[in-house]
Formats: sequence, C-alpha cells, structure tokens
Amino acid sequence: MVKFIIRRVGLMILTTLCLTFIVFFITNLYPNLEKLAKTQLNFRMSDDAVTSYLEKNGYLRPTPVGYAQWLGVIPGYVSEPDKDGKITGRCKLPGVTMEDSPKYCGVLQGYWGYSTVFKEPALDILTKRLGLTGWLMLTVMLVMIPAALLLGIFSGMREGSKLDRTLSAFSITSTATPEYVSGIVFIAIFSSSAFGLKWFKGSATSAMDDITWVNFTLPVMTISLYGMGYIARMTRASMAEVMTSQYIRTARLKGVNFSSIVIKHALRNALIAPFTVIMLQFPWLLNGVVIVETIFNYKGFGWVLVQAASNNDIDLLLGCSVIAVIVVLATQLISDIGYVVLNPRIRIN
Amino acid sequence: MESLSWSQIIVEVLIRFIPVWISLALTFSISIYSKRHTGLYGKLFDSPLGMIGFGIVMFWVFTAIFADLIMTHDPLTQVSGMKNKLPGYPMSSAGKEGVFQHYLLGGDRMARDVFSRVVLGSRIVLIIAPAATAFAFMVGITLGLPAGYYGGRFDTTLSFISNLVLAFPVILLFFLLVTPEIRLAGIEIGNYTWTIPTIMASILFIFPIIFTIILFNSRYFTQPNKRNFLVGFTVLFGGWLYLGLAWDADPLGLISIDPNILIVFVSVVFVNSPTVFRIVRGIVLDIKTRDYVAAGQTRGEGPWYIMLWEILPNARGPLIVDFCLRIGYTTILLGTLGFFGLGLSPESSDWGTTINSGRRLLSIYPHPALVPAFSLMSLVLGLNLLADGLREESLKD
Repeated sequence: MVKFIIRRVGLMILTTLCLTFIVFFITNLYPNLEKLAKTQLNFRMSDDAVTSYLEKNGYLRPTPVGYAQWLGVIPGYVSEPDKDGKITGRCKLPGVTMEDSPKYCGVLQGYWGYSTVFKEPALDILTKRLGLTGWLMLTVMLVMIPAALLLGIFSGMREGSKLDRTLSAFSITSTATPEYVSGIVFIAIFSSSAFGLKWFKGSATSAMDDITWVNFTLPVMTISLYGMGYIARMTRASMAEVMTSQYIRTARLKGVNFSSIVIKHALRNALIAPFTVIMLQFPWLLNGVVIVETIFNYKGFGWVLVQAASNNDIDLLLGCSVIAVIVVLATQLISDIGYVVLNPRIRIN
Repeated sequence: MESLSWSQIIVEVLIRFIPVWISLALTFSISIYSKRHTGLYGKLFDSPLGMIGFGIVMFWVFTAIFADLIMTHDPLTQVSGMKNKLPGYPMSSAGKEGVFQHYLLGGDRMARDVFSRVVLGSRIVLIIAPAATAFAFMVGITLGLPAGYYGGRFDTTLSFISNLVLAFPVILLFFLLVTPEIRLAGIEIGNYTWTIPTIMASILFIFPIIFTIILFNSRYFTQPNKRNFLVGFTVLFGGWLYLGLAWDADPLGLISIDPNILIVFVSVVFVNSPTVFRIVRGIVLDIKTRDYVAAGQTRGEGPWYIMLWEILPNARGPLIVDFCLRIGYTTILLGTLGFFGLGLSPESSDWGTTINSGRRLLSIYPHPALVPAFSLMSLVLGLNLLADGLREESLKD
C-alpha cells in the first residue's frame, strides 16, 4: 500500500510538471506575450516597444529556461542595467537591492510569481480566492451529497417502482442541465423583475463578505443540481445491484423488515461505488465553479482563473493550473485508496 | 397590429414547425411498423423513455435540416424598434407583404429575432457535436484497441498521455487553446504556417483515415483486388477531405472550414478522445479473454482482424450508448465555449453564444437567454433518455 501511494505521488508530480510546462509554453507564445505587453502598457504600442518591454522583463528567454526559472531550479532572471545603472529581476524583493535578494526564486522556494493583472504576488491572490471558493465548495458538498445519496437510495431500493421512475426522471433531467443553463433559469425565475419573484439575489458578490441565505442559495443550487444527478444515478445502480444480492434475500426470508434491510444491510455495501464517484466529481465541480462564479460574479478561484486566462497573466495562470491539477490528481488518489479501504475484497499489490 | 397572446404564440410556433411534425410522424410510423426487423434500433420503440428521447433528438435533427423553412426572419438582420421586445411583438413594418408579422419569441438586445436564431443555432450544434464525437470515437478506438490488446509499453505511454489530458481542467484548456492569439503563433515550414490548431488537426484528423484503411485491409486481405480498390478509394477520398479540413489546402477548392470553427472542433475532439480511449481499452481488456478471441487466434487470424472484426462488433453495445451520451456532453462543452465567448464569433447563432449575449440583461428581459437555454437542455435530455433506452434494451438480450 505504501509503495502504491509513493508510486502514485511520483506519477502525480510528473503529471503536474508536464501540464505546467504545457501551460507555460502556450502562455509564452509570442502573440500571447504581445497581448500581455499591450494590456500592461497600452494597446497601440509599436512592435519595437513590445519587444523592448518583453526583453526588459525577461520574457524572451527560451521557454525551457523560463520554465526552470519559474520552477526555481536555476537562478531567476536578472535584467541588464538600464540608463541609471539599475537592475531588476524576477527575484527582486520590494525595498531591497538586487544584490541582497535571493538568487533562486521559483515555486520550489515558495515564490509563485507576480500577477500582472492584480499587481500582487500570485500566491497571496490564490490563497485568498481559494478560501472564498472553499466556502462555496463546502456548501455545495453539504447540499449535494446527502441529496444525491437520498435520491439514489430511494430510487434504487425498489427498482422499477413509480417512485424510482419519478426520481430517475429528475436525476436524468438534472444531468442534462449544465450550470450555465440552470444558473440563468434560476436567476430569471427567482430574482428577475420579469417573473416578479424576487426571493434571492442574482449576484453573489456580497457573499464574499457575508454569506446569507439570500445571496448564496442560487449559486449553490446551480452547482449542486448538475453534479447531483450523476451521483444519484450511480447510487441507484449500486443500490439496485445490492438489493438483488443473495444476502438481502436471506435477510428478507428471515423476516427482517424492509426499512432495516435497507439501513442496516444494504446501505453499507451500496455506498462504496458512490464514494468513488463523489471523489471523482471534484474535477467536475471545478468547471462548475468557474461557470457559476462568472454568472454570479463571486470572485473566487474560478473567477481568478478566467481573469488570468483572458489577460494572459502567466504566473497567476500557472498557479491556477498547479492547484487545479493537484486537486484533480489528489481526489483520484483518495478515491483509489478509499475504495480499497472501504472494500476489503480488493487488495493492491 | 397587436401583440400575440401566449396561446397564439404557441399555435404560431407549432405551425412553423409543420415540416418537423410531418417528418417525425413519418419516421415514427415507419420505425414502429418495421421494428421487428431493425435490431437494436427497433427495440428502442419498446421502451417509452427511449422513444421520448429519440423523439426529442429527431425533433432537433429535423429542425436543423428544415431550418430554412422554419425561420421567420433572417437571424442576423437587426430590425429597428424590435430591441428586447417581448415574445409575440408585432413587426414595426406591419402589413408588408411577404414579411412575417411578429417576432414569435421576441427580440434580443441587438433587435434580432430570437426564434429564428435558435432554429438556425440548432444547425450549428447538430453539425459540430455529432461530428466531433465521431472523430473522438475514431481516435479513441484506433488507439484504444491496440492499447488494450497488446498492453505493454505502448499501453503505458498512451494511458499516461490520456490521463494527462484528463487531469487538465476542461475550462483552462479551452481558455488556452481557443483564443485568437493561438492562431497567430506558428512555425513556418516551406510556405505553410504550422500553428497549434493545424498541428492538432493534422494529428487528430488522420485517425479516421487510418481506421478505415486498417478496417478494409484486415477484412479483405485475402481478396487483393477488392482490398486495393477500397483502400485506394479511402486514401483518395479521405485524403481529399483531410487536405481541405486540416490544412485548408483542398486542390479543388471545395472543402474548407472556418478557422474559428476548426479550433473549436479540434479542441472538443481533443477533450473527448482520452475518455473514449479509456472506455475502449477497458472493454478490450475484458473481451480479449473470451473464448472466441482465442479461437480466432488459433485460426491464425491477424491481430487487427481480431481487434476490428471480432472484438469491436462485440463492444458495440456500450459504445453506442456512450456515443449518445457523449454527443450530449459535447453539446454542453460547445455551450460552455459559447458561454465564455471563446471560438465562435459573437454574431454566431449557436446556443452557447446566444445564452452568453442574453444573460447581460437577464433580470429585465430573460427571454433571449431562456429560449436557447431550454433548447440546449432539451437536446441533451433527449440524448440522455435515448442512451438510457438503448442501454436498457441492449441489456435485455
């Protein structure tokens, strides 16, 4: 087991390196750098001005060198002295001369670069925004998982019954409703003047300081709805399979009543498969978070990702991808380990 | 002229869709009449849910086909005085001959007809989504079959690459790939500029050709004449399409694709292929232990014959089901791209873009965003129901 985890973590690091390199490569393509320079200074810059800006800020080094600098395995970029003899560089700390700043500054040293859009260190932005998204995710999980499991259990315990048909129809519809559809339908119904029901707010900006029922319900409902259907269908399938197994039949023949069969005997085995599905749902939630934060203007991680990507903010975008990739891979690892722990029939060698 | 009431709007809309109703009625009556002879397709008509799903999907297919007959106005024309008007609002130029008198589902913020835009949008969605899914299946099958069948280093490498793509958050990938800048960056070789989209297209679009060649070659290996003809035809015809689609270099000048659509298409194929690869690989790992595969090997059949003509036909059930689901998922992805304003031009009437442009005034005028939103949802729902029906019926044998 320990060997398995070590191998998986090694694979995770390799994957993260590959993916961040791809992001680095694409963001450092010349047209993207040109866009960066133009958004930083002005849009009517001459080509020479663009080149000199990029040259001065060290963007024009070969991509592998730049990537190694970002990673912190080779010394950070140092500029040529300008007219006044001043030099700057990637590693320059505010208020300290270049000579006194550290030579290496990369992700490995804990320096994630500087955001060109927000004019702040990328790591500070990411931690702040991740905190906001954390609240959103937590609330979504608290709503989505119990609701989905209940839906699945109720429809799976008597397969083919009327209750099953109704609940299944609901979960199929919810998987067919992406966030950008349910989000705008909810806003139109619950917060527009066109329908007149002004129960909730169509914007979650105020939820960044103070989460209330009025400003947080719609974003949470929007994300939960799309993920819920899938988990519910998986739970249903697994529940239905367990309910046809031999030991449930034995329990029935012994005269155990139905509710205690479901709760005591079936549930434990039926919930192994949904656990994996729930863990693998995290990467999907990430997509949902980006869409929902854009619709409801909630300035969390997803919003930052959109801002970073549309302004070609290299360091911030790299930070976002590191976090996103780690979330995806870590949840895969947890789901694999959890599957083994929950299901003693499977052993990893 | 007066505005139409809601019931009048519904009646008018139903009338506009008459070509669709006729085609649906024909399709259903023919299919139900001959359902005992059409295999899995016929069995679909035994399951009510599957029939509803098929009905919804075919509704949109016929809408896409007859879009020109159904549309009431030109989807790009802005008519003065129709900006953000509610459904059923009469045209300002009322009384003119030959012009439809109302905006059936209202006007959007550019004073264009919402109804016509949604109808034409179905055409864009229903061309790109199934085609992109089909390409992703070709890539996934061509790579997944040998990966599962041979295993070994080939399998390890491909699985690593597919996991790599799958670990990328889809939206980040779209934001990186589907930008106008990415088409500017390229390496010039000869007099052709290789950009990332064209490189990806050249790699991804070659798979359908490879797949078809191997398919024919392994089947008609013993009949050289027939094989040469089929393979030659594939190379010529496929190569012609390939030149036009991937490189925009069709010698006859017939086939070309808008670079905006190409990049959307390529990135959607790219996102879908690894999942298909994993599914195919998993199925092959399961099927290759069966007796009929061992029998084929003993008969001395070639590995590609076994993969394509023994294993693949037996894997069709789950693959067909996944194909339906995946078209729905691709539709959602296309909507996501449109929603973020990536790729397709803002003028485009595809549903994602229309939802995006409609959501700005959502709280005052919800109709321009709601109509495409419900259309997209109904199409995906139809595909999900269809997949469910197919799964249930295919499990029955």
